[in-house]
Formats: sequence, structure tokens, C-alpha cells
Amino acid sequence: MTEATAVMDAPAGELGLAPELADAVVDMWAEDTEKAYVIAPDRILEVLTHLRDGQGYDFLSNLTCVDYEGYGGKLRAGIDARLEVVYNLYSTRRGGGSIALHVRVPEDDTVPSATSVYPGANLQEREVYDLFGVKFDGHPNLRRILLWDGFHGHPMRKDWHEAYYEEDAKPFRSRHPKGEYEFHEDKVPWAKNTTYPAGWDPDSWQEAVAYVPVSQAPQHEDKPHLDTESIVVNLGPHHPSTHGVFRMLTRVEGETILALEPEMGYLHRNHEKIGERNTWLMNMPFTDRLDYLNSMSNNWAYALAVEKLADIEVPERAEYLRVIMAEFSRIVNHAWSIGFILNDLGALQTPALYAIEEREMILDLFEAVSGARMMCNYMRFGGVVRDLPEGWHEQAAYLANERLPRALDELDRLLTENEILMARGRGVGYLSVEDLISLSVSGPMIRAGGLPYDIRKAEPYGIYDRFDFDIPTLPNSDIYDRYYIRLLEARESVRILQQALRDIPEGEILGGRGGYTLRAPEGEVYGRLEAPKGELGFYLASDGKTQPWRYHVRSPSYINLNALGPMSVGYKVADAIVILGAIDIVLGEVDR
Amino acid sequence: MFGTGLLKGLGVTLKHALETFEDDRESVPDRYKGSLDLGNNRKVIQQPIDQEGLLTIQYPEEKRLLPERFRYIPMLIWDSEKQEDRCTACGICAKVCPPQCIWIVRDSDENGKPVTRCSEFYIDAAVCMSCSFCVEFCPFDAIKMNHDYELAVYDRYPQLVYDMEELTVPLEYYAALWPTQYEEEQARRKEEEEQKRKQEEEKAARAAARQAAAAQKAEAGAGAPKRSAAELQALAKERAAQRQAQAQGQTAEGGGDDDAAAAKRARMEDLKRRAQERARQRKLESGNGSS
Repeated sequence: MTEATAVMDAPAGELGLAPELADAVVDMWAEDTEKAYVIAPDRILEVLTHLRDGQGYDFLSNLTCVDYEGYGGKLRAGIDARLEVVYNLYSTRRGGGSIALHVRVPEDDTVPSATSVYPGANLQEREVYDLFGVKFDGHPNLRRILLWDGFHGHPMRKDWHEAYYEEDAKPFRSRHPKGEYEFHEDKVPWAKNTTYPAGWDPDSWQEAVAYVPVSQAPQHEDKPHLDTESIVVNLGPHHPSTHGVFRMLTRVEGETILALEPEMGYLHRNHEKIGERNTWLMNMPFTDRLDYLNSMSNNWAYALAVEKLADIEVPERAEYLRVIMAEFSRIVNHAWSIGFILNDLGALQTPALYAIEEREMILDLFEAVSGARMMCNYMRFGGVVRDLPEGWHEQAAYLANERLPRALDELDRLLTENEILMARGRGVGYLSVEDLISLSVSGPMIRAGGLPYDIRKAEPYGIYDRFDFDIPTLPNSDIYDRYYIRLLEARESVRILQQALRDIPEGEILGGRGGYTLRAPEGEVYGRLEAPKGELGFYLASDGKTQPWRYHVRSPSYINLNALGPMSVGYKVADAIVILGAIDIVLGEVDR
Repeated sequence: MFGTGLLKGLGVTLKHALETFEDDRESVPDRYKGSLDLGNNRKVIQQPIDQEGLLTIQYPEEKRLLPERFRYIPMLIWDSEKQEDRCTACGICAKVCPPQCIWIVRDSDENGKPVTRCSEFYIDAAVCMSCSFCVEFCPFDAIKMNHDYELAVYDRYPQLVYDMEELTVPLEYYAALWPTQYEEEQARRKEEEEQKRKQEEEKAARAAARQAAAAQKAEAGAGAPKRSAAELQALAKERAAQRQAQAQGQTAEGGGDDDAAAAKRARMEDLKRRAQERARQRKLESGNGSS
């Protein structure tokens, strides 16, 4: 699919770049669906600025890196630079496909940070720095993010091997070498297994953010001694309000938040490294574990990317089944999210339990069709794995036509006009929609700010162009709207479900060659869809083997956290809890 | 007016409470409709999709009725019709397993030649992610998903490393858990066998026809160039010498293998013995628990 072509006559002109930027484009990849332009490192900021201001590419969706050390494919013959930073830009106003930019970096070189053009690059650049060791010039806070500061090496580099390293690719021949089972934990005692970076002393190490005990906090000399002091407070990591193991480092003055910094990585398992050792198909059940409330959407996003890369057709019935499952999953997610926003507000359990009553029914349906309630592992390249069991369609139709609309109405009656919810939610956590876009926030958050940006409409995938549904938007961009937008979206999902269940045809459910021996052709692809939490994308690079060369997850939970700090500043500590709740994160996806 | 929203919401909670109350006053509440009573307060509940009121299931006394496709840990099928394991030790399940938790030892006949049968089959249930790929890609319908989910034990090793004895279940067990799929599969298998039989018959017929034709040709006496008797004898001698040399080489290697194999077998025996003890213990405990 992908073929490296010689530098075209006027790639810069094709990009719409001004003449003075023409020499910034040094090379390009051509693909059927999208093109990737290779930009000179020192010109990248100019190009990004131009694309944002002149071409309307206002949304930096994906920023990641690929390590091409030892790459066996033909595409990169004659290219020395080891690392390649990838940018995927979209337009939220216009919709449509992406523009992909690459920057080639020799080992240990630096790249200008994109944070000055797209503030949303913040967390993504920190992740690239953490996992690949690429340094970004001008990044405001270039610290490790998923791993701790004493971690030795950059694990996503191809020559980095973990403690119980077995082999580069599955199936592992060495797992049971002599016919005897041995746990890897028993092989290497931890004591001998820990190394630190050069010059690193674990005893003298201090976390970058200093804790100031209350008693030692600086006194305001020019103010009366009764005045409040600014202190650092840790919210989390072990607290139910953080929805998992997640920490918010806050500097507060009294109850008011002056600064908030998300700290994460407690659940980091290097999903992407595992993904590079797995065969293409093996990654499917692993995607279930990302956002574990929406395994159906995760499966679909991954399948979508691989299908795009390997040109696999999906039969009609399978497309309908995918839509049905994804929309059910969206309702589950939004019900769950609404319940937990209310939980965070202090309306403990009653709204949450009412909201997830129907979730129970939907999960029963998932279990009946796929065999598991949450880890569905239902989709395959070129379709879905099992057809509907007997009686499933009637039950689903009953849910979509009767029970779910009723339940959503009831939830609406229970909460929407509630004065306490309004008092707590109206005007809290406000961030303008322009800020949200520049921070790469996607999903219900951005629609609650008034921008009708939904990938199902902006760049329809699957068969979403056939359904009649609206993209609800709300104007205020506060907690209350973020609650209510989810209810409205769940209603639209019900509409889609009704149509899909009505129109679903009989037929094949799984197209041809998608089995476990799949070899995706050499090339790279970025596939994305509108997951319940926002834009879920998979960036895949293949060298034509049975394993992905690079497997990157652009997870909405993680990137939406860009907005957590800016949204929380100026509000009370209790509001920060709800602001986090209204972003709707799942730590399986944040930490990967 | 301030407070109407609150009252409206409270109305919803009141409605829920009343519905549950009313439901519970009935002789058979909604959630117990269509459930299976096992006696002694133990029930298997199938929640109807239109159930109103309380949804709670009092586990472990009450359990959900699992759908047929429920997947947990794989099990191996003992074909009780043919009195053999269906597994042929082809190893596809071990290859496709995403967390690589399957480990197979292929059996060999008395000459040390590998056969299509496994002598050991292990699944590390602590690693298994219940993805069901092994089931999907098994070409012999030999591995299926078990519904037994109450596997808690005190130690991970060796309790959660299941060996063949613990994994193997008779075909009838599988047929009871997966009735629909079993029916489809049996029909398909029968058809395949039928086809295979037919093919073999045809092949035999063709071979017979060919032989007959060859015989006819030979009778026709087409003078093919023949080697002399002396040449043939020399060739035969040469081959015999080769064979002997090979056989000697093999026995020499085989001797080395034997030690390792014996040690391995001893380890297997040990593991097996421990597993059996464990199974017995478990049965004993569960028996005590229920009585």
C-alpha cells in the first residue's frame, strides 16, 4: 500500500505551504488514503503554525515516535535517522482526513517542542520523551510521565529489554524450555535486577514537586497571620475519587486551587511494547484491557486500523453488528460516567446504581454474544467472530425500543433539574472551546463546549453515514453540560441502535484473510474512531512481518487530561474531584 | 420554583422503592422467574430482560445462569465415542495464545517417533486471559471453554498450572455446557467424515483402476530397459549398509535422549501426582463444604 516515492516536485505546494517554507519538506511518503510529509526538524514549528493558521488544521490528534533501529523493511533503505516523530493533524471545523508530518531525529538529538503551537502536545511529548528518550526543546515540563524518574533507559526503544525478557516475537520458544514450568519471577531476584541511570542516587533523589508541610509553609509577611497559606496537597493516588490509581498534585490556598498537575503511570504495563511482540491478532484481546468499560469500541478501533493497513473488506452484516455493539457500549459508558460524576459530587451510589441498571442488561447481551461481559474480544480483522445467538436480536430490540429510552428518561427526571446538581455544576470547570481544541481534547467534553465535532460525522467510518442521528452540543462548557451532553448522546445512540437493529441484513460476518497468520503489508497507518470517551486512535507501523513494528494507542482518557490543570485552577478542591470525574478517565487507558 | 427538580428526582427513587417492594411481596419476585431451584436456598437465576425492581443476586447461594458462550479457562475434550483424546498435539493453540500460557508435550511411540497425541498438556490459569483464540483456531475441536469460574486457591504455583488430567473432560460434559455449538459441530464433523470416507473410496477406486491399467501395460510387454541382476544386487547391498549405519547412529543418540526423557518423565510423574493430590483435596473440601 505504502510506497516511498521520490521527492515530488512540489510537496510544499500540495501541503499549501507558503513558498518560503518550500524547503522545509525534505521527503514524503505517499499512501492511498493519506500522505506523510517529512519535515526538517528546525522548520517543524513554522510548518505547524502555518498549517494551524493557514490551513485550518487546528487539532493535533496524535503525536508519537517510532524507533527504526534494525528495521528490515524496504521503505527506509538509505535513511540513517533512527527515530521518527509522527504528528497527525485534523481540522475540527472542516472534518475530513488527517495530514501526517514526520520529523527524523538521529539518536539523542532534540526536536523543537510543539507545545507553543499546540498546547495539547504537552502530555504526548512527555510520553515520547519518557518511552523513547527524544528531547523536546522548549517543552515547559519535560519530565518522565509514565515511569518514575529513577527508571533506567527508554523502554520503547528496540534495544531495550525488560527484566524477564524472553524473545522479540511471539510465539516464544523459550517459555517452557526444558519441559518444566518455571515462573519468571523466580528466575531473577529483584535485588540484582535494578539498575539506575548514570549518576543517579536513589537515596538523595527528591521528587520534582516539593512537598511543603503545613507547618513549614512560607508565611505571608505582609499579611495578617490569619491569612491562608499556599500548600501542596496530594489528591490520590489511593482514593476512590480518582477513579483508579491516579494522583493530582495540587497547590491550594485555603480551598482554592492555584495549580494542579496530574501524576500518572501507576498502572503502566507498557502495553505498546507488549503489542510489538504480539502477532497482529494477539493484540485484539489486549485492547479490551485499555478502556475496560468499552472493549467493543477498542476492538473496533484496532480492527479499523489494521483493515486500513492490510486492505481488508468487512461484510455488511458485520458492519451492522459493529455499530450495534459500539453504540450499546457507548450507552454503557455514558450511564457509568453520569453515575460517577454524581458520585463525585457527593450523591453517593443512588444515581450511580440507577444509571447502571440497564448496563447490567447490556452486559448480559454482550456476554451472550461474545462470551464475556467486559473483555469481549469480539471483533476480528474483516468482521466479527460470532454471529448473534438465538433470541438475541429480540432482546436487543426490546432494550433499544422500550427499555433504554424509558431508563434514560427516568435518569433525566432524576437528575437534570436537580437544584443541587445545578448549583454544583453550573459554571464550574469552565474552559473555552478554543482552549479545549488546542489542548487536543476530544469527545463529549468538546461537544459540551458547543463544537459539533464527532468523528462519526466528521470522517465517517464503518457505515455511520447511513444512519440518521444528530450531534448534540451544549454551550456552556461546564460540569453540568458535561453531565447532560452524555445523556443526550446516549439518546442519539439509542436512535442509531433502533435503525441498525431494524436494518441489519443476513449474511457473512467475517471476511476472508484475517487469521492469526496475517502479515500486514509494509507501511504505516493511523486509524481512529469516536470512542465514548473521545477520539481513540491506533497508529500502526508494519515492516511486513507477522508482528507490528510499532503499535501506538492514542487514548482519549490520557490526552483529555491535558485540560485537567487549566480547568481546575481557580475552583475549590471539591470541584477538582468532579472536574476529573467529568473528563471520564479510565486508568487502564491512561497509563497503558 | 426552587425544589421542584429535587422533588421530581425523589419521585423517581420513591417509584423504584415501591416497585421493588411490590415485587418482593409477590410469591415469586421478578428476578426469580425462570430460575432453577437447587434446594437449600441455592438457586441459578436467569434474569429476564424486562425485569423491574431489585436486580441483586445473592452470590454464592444464588448464581447467574451463564450463557452458552461464556468463556473462562479452556478444557480438553475426551472423545468418549472413539475413546481417545481429540488433541493431536499440533500446537496451534500454543502458537496463537496471546499470553503464551499453553505448553504441550508431544507423545512418542515405543521407537521414540513422535505421534499425533500429547502426553502432557498444561495451561497456566494464572496467565490465561480467557480470549478463546485456542478454541477458535483448533482444527480438531479438541479444546473448548469451560464455564467453571470458581477457581480460587491459596497458591499460584502449582495449583493454577492445570495439567491434562485436570483439563480433560468427556464430550458429554462439553455437550451439556455448549448444546447449540455441540450440535452444529457434530453435524459438521459427521459431514466431514462422510466426505473423507468418500474421498478415500474414490482414491482406492482410482488406484485400483491405475493398477489394472499398469498390469495391462506390463502384459502388453513394452520393453523397458532393465538393470542387470548383478547391478541390482550391488544396489541392494549398498542400501542395506546405509540403513544399518543410520540405525546405529539413532540408537546412540537415542541412548542420550533416554536419560533426559526419563528425568522428564519423572518430573511429569511428580507434577501429575501433585496435581492429582490437589484435585482430590479440592473434591474433599468441596464435599465437606456442601454437606
